[in-house]
Amino acid sequence: MSAPSSAAADAARPDTIPFEPSGDLARTPLHALHLRLGAKMTAFAGYDMPVQYPAGLMTEHLHTRAAAGLFDVSHMGQIALASPTGGTDEVAVWLETLIPVDVIGLKAGRQRYGLLTDDAGGVRDDLMIARFEDRFVLVVNAGCKIADEAHLRAHLPETIEMTVLDRGLIALQGPGAEAALANLATGVAAMRFMDVAEIDVLGAPCLISRSGYTGEDGFEISVPPDRAEAIAQALLDDPSVLPVGLGARDSLRLEAGLCLHGADIDRTTTPAEASLVWAIQPVRRRGGAREGGFPGADRVLDDIANGPKRKRVGLRPEGRAPVRAGAALYAAEEGGEPIGAVSSGGFGPSVGAPVAMGYAPSALAQPGARLFADVRGRRLGLSVVALPFVPAGFKRA
Amino acid sequence: MLRFTDEHEWLKLEGDVATVGITAFAAEQLGDLVFVELPKVGATLKKAEAAAVVESVKAASDVYAPLDGEVTEINDAAVADPASVGTDPQGAGWLYKMKLADVAAFDGLMDEAAYAEFAK
Repeated sequence: MSAPSSAAADAARPDTIPFEPSGDLARTPLHALHLRLGAKMTAFAGYDMPVQYPAGLMTEHLHTRAAAGLFDVSHMGQIALASPTGGTDEVAVWLETLIPVDVIGLKAGRQRYGLLTDDAGGVRDDLMIARFEDRFVLVVNAGCKIADEAHLRAHLPETIEMTVLDRGLIALQGPGAEAALANLATGVAAMRFMDVAEIDVLGAPCLISRSGYTGEDGFEISVPPDRAEAIAQALLDDPSVLPVGLGARDSLRLEAGLCLHGADIDRTTTPAEASLVWAIQPVRRRGGAREGGFPGADRVLDDIANGPKRKRVGLRPEGRAPVRAGAALYAAEEGGEPIGAVSSGGFGPSVGAPVAMGYAPSALAQPGARLFADVRGRRLGLSVVALPFVPAGFKRA
Repeated sequence: MLRFTDEHEWLKLEGDVATVGITAFAAEQLGDLVFVELPKVGATLKKAEAAAVVESVKAASDVYAPLDGEVTEINDAAVADPASVGTDPQGAGWLYKMKLADVAAFDGLMDEAAYAEFAK
């Protein structure tokens, strides 16, 4: 079976994105499995993806926080970057020209959250950046991967090789994830939050990170596409693991206060507005040794230094009615113009109540501030609250 | 006497008062319900206008008035426990009762067989 392979071998294969030219939906390597499991499918980012399985959204969500949920995220983009001459040091320097993050300081075997910015200081995409001994691997959003690949390629120097990886991606999340994965792979228990490693799973060479999109402990496993179903099935054979669809993936990440690109962050939001300043290490900010040097740096760093005019905050509706993305926000119960909008919202099954995130003027973006959202023509009160809505379960130490 | 609409509501007529709810088909499509909003008692409803809202984790769905009428009673239990609407949508999960403006119009709606065909 193919190894995670050298970047050179990967580069010999053409860039492949599994997209059928007729415009039909693309399929991940787990598509047949989803149908066998009775999933309700939906179109997402050009793929035929499971929204939920027969257990239902509530059960899938709650089970992930109590035990372990298995998610097919193979639709996301996986991109390898390597330099035969300069090694990962050269790739790191180059990535810093596109990403406002300390990539040079990222050690092999570690992963970091990052952003691709545009010339106006907005966010093209958010992504995970993993460093291995001989290459970087980026994981980008499915909906942005075509544009991200074009953006990277447009700036790619001759000395760096970029390969779009044809691999599956499985997320296993929850307090039971380690035990379930340890049955199939050695060395995962020793991994800490944001570690990455090349580990065989069921004998197949995989890239594993201890990370996820749920706020729980868990792993993201990049698998050879022809082994994806066997690995997923082996994990599902563990009685503690349930399959989880995109519906619960969204309610889990919302409760965790995590951004969804296209909803909470996009090219109209700067990192400071998005409350993602923590992702921009001080070395890249004003006064840092490698200040700026990425697209939109002036705007991005101005917003950090001066404070943005508006900020993304957590919102807790006072009643039981969910307040959803797009709802206008007001400062008062009556009158006045909208002062912001809800960017993500729904019901939080673990919270047992509606939860939301949105943008408010910075002066009002303080926990305890009371705002109002227009829901079906009526203004419902909600409070600004600190994120996340549920405590994180990351294995940091 | 049971009738159905093409928006997946059911009505049960007793005299000139119809009990209204969402069908099992609709409940299954919606998934776990987390919020129910009902009209006020005394409200005037017009056919095909939104009368109530049921929300799942993912989305809100309007429940339409099947016919013209006036709301006489609402199911507080459904508001207190939205999940109960999903458990027994055509029984204990009823949503509201309305006095029909024109009882004869009830017969113009789909019967059980026609709805079963429609919902395929």
